[in-house]
Amino acid sequence: MTARNILIRGLLAGFIAGIFGFLVAHQVGEPHVEKAIALEEAGSADEAEAPEEHGHDEGTAHEHDAEEAGGAAHEHSHGEEAEVSRGNQRTWGLLTGTLIVGTALGGLIALISAAAIGRIGRLRPAASTALVTAVGFVSFALVPFLKYPAAPPAVGSGDTIGERTGYYFIFLAISVLAAVAATFLARHLLGRVSVYASVVIGAGAYLAVVVLAAIAMPTVNELGDFPADTLWYFRLSSLFTLATIWGVIGVVLTGLVGRLDTVATARAERRELAASI
Amino acid sequence: MSDATPAISTAGPDTIELPSIPLAQIAPWALFFGLVALLALFFISTDQGATSLISGTAIHEWVHDGRHLLGYPCH
Repeated sequence: MTARNILIRGLLAGFIAGIFGFLVAHQVGEPHVEKAIALEEAGSADEAEAPEEHGHDEGTAHEHDAEEAGGAAHEHSHGEEAEVSRGNQRTWGLLTGTLIVGTALGGLIALISAAAIGRIGRLRPAASTALVTAVGFVSFALVPFLKYPAAPPAVGSGDTIGERTGYYFIFLAISVLAAVAATFLARHLLGRVSVYASVVIGAGAYLAVVVLAAIAMPTVNELGDFPADTLWYFRLSSLFTLATIWGVIGVVLTGLVGRLDTVATARAERRELAASI
Repeated sequence: MSDATPAISTAGPDTIELPSIPLAQIAPWALFFGLVALLALFFISTDQGATSLISGTAIHEWVHDGRHLLGYPCH
């Protein structure tokens, strides 16, 4: 088992996860995205003045450009003159997104798993890999989603995209750092108290930090009169997509690492046996 | 996973040997790949939205649906 071996398996697991993530997002999520875009276009007549509001006092030129790229340009993006057609956005564009995110996450999870092997209690490599993926899903995807859930097209004003992105990534960073710290805390306690107690204390510490952060950080609510059913199904499908990507990475990588471990163990045993003869 | 060790193992249950990878071996991979992965995540999740490394809207539009469905603030 080497860092390289595990990284390659992580990238492979992530790529496969990206394909499955795309299938779920396309089959389950896209109908709700389409519905939201239809609502956005129906309502865009009374939002026509929105881009004008970007003309507030000049910040740094660069920031201003960036805001326009995201905000103003978007106002026309779904219409006939769109830069990327809806047909491409919901197929190749979506596939690009899930494949790259899946592969990147797979690689990151693999590297963290490589470091965790043999260092978390007495867990075998496959078990510690599964644990790393599970903690990753909760701290990187699930908890940030609960505080700042995915917003469908037509929800969210172009003027607040900077703030909302900032909040999302700050909360994401808090959650991930808290999970890392909680894992080290639990690992530190492992020799002193029971496994049960150290896991409960570690999980409790993580929960305390993210709950406090979630209470302290501002709530984003720009829903207006967006229909509740479309919002619910869109968010559910978004969560399904994330769970699919993380779940497939976890299953595939855990299986591959387990096989690496079995092969390495068998080889070591043969060597031991040969040496004893 | 079967890690049943045959009778040749003389070690007690408390000293089951666990493989681990030296952190010094992982570090260069983590540094290089970590940067690449974070950059990739940034381009999919945020570029040409709240902030922009590459100007224009092509990336934003191309990965538009992915951004929404993967839970990133899109617009």
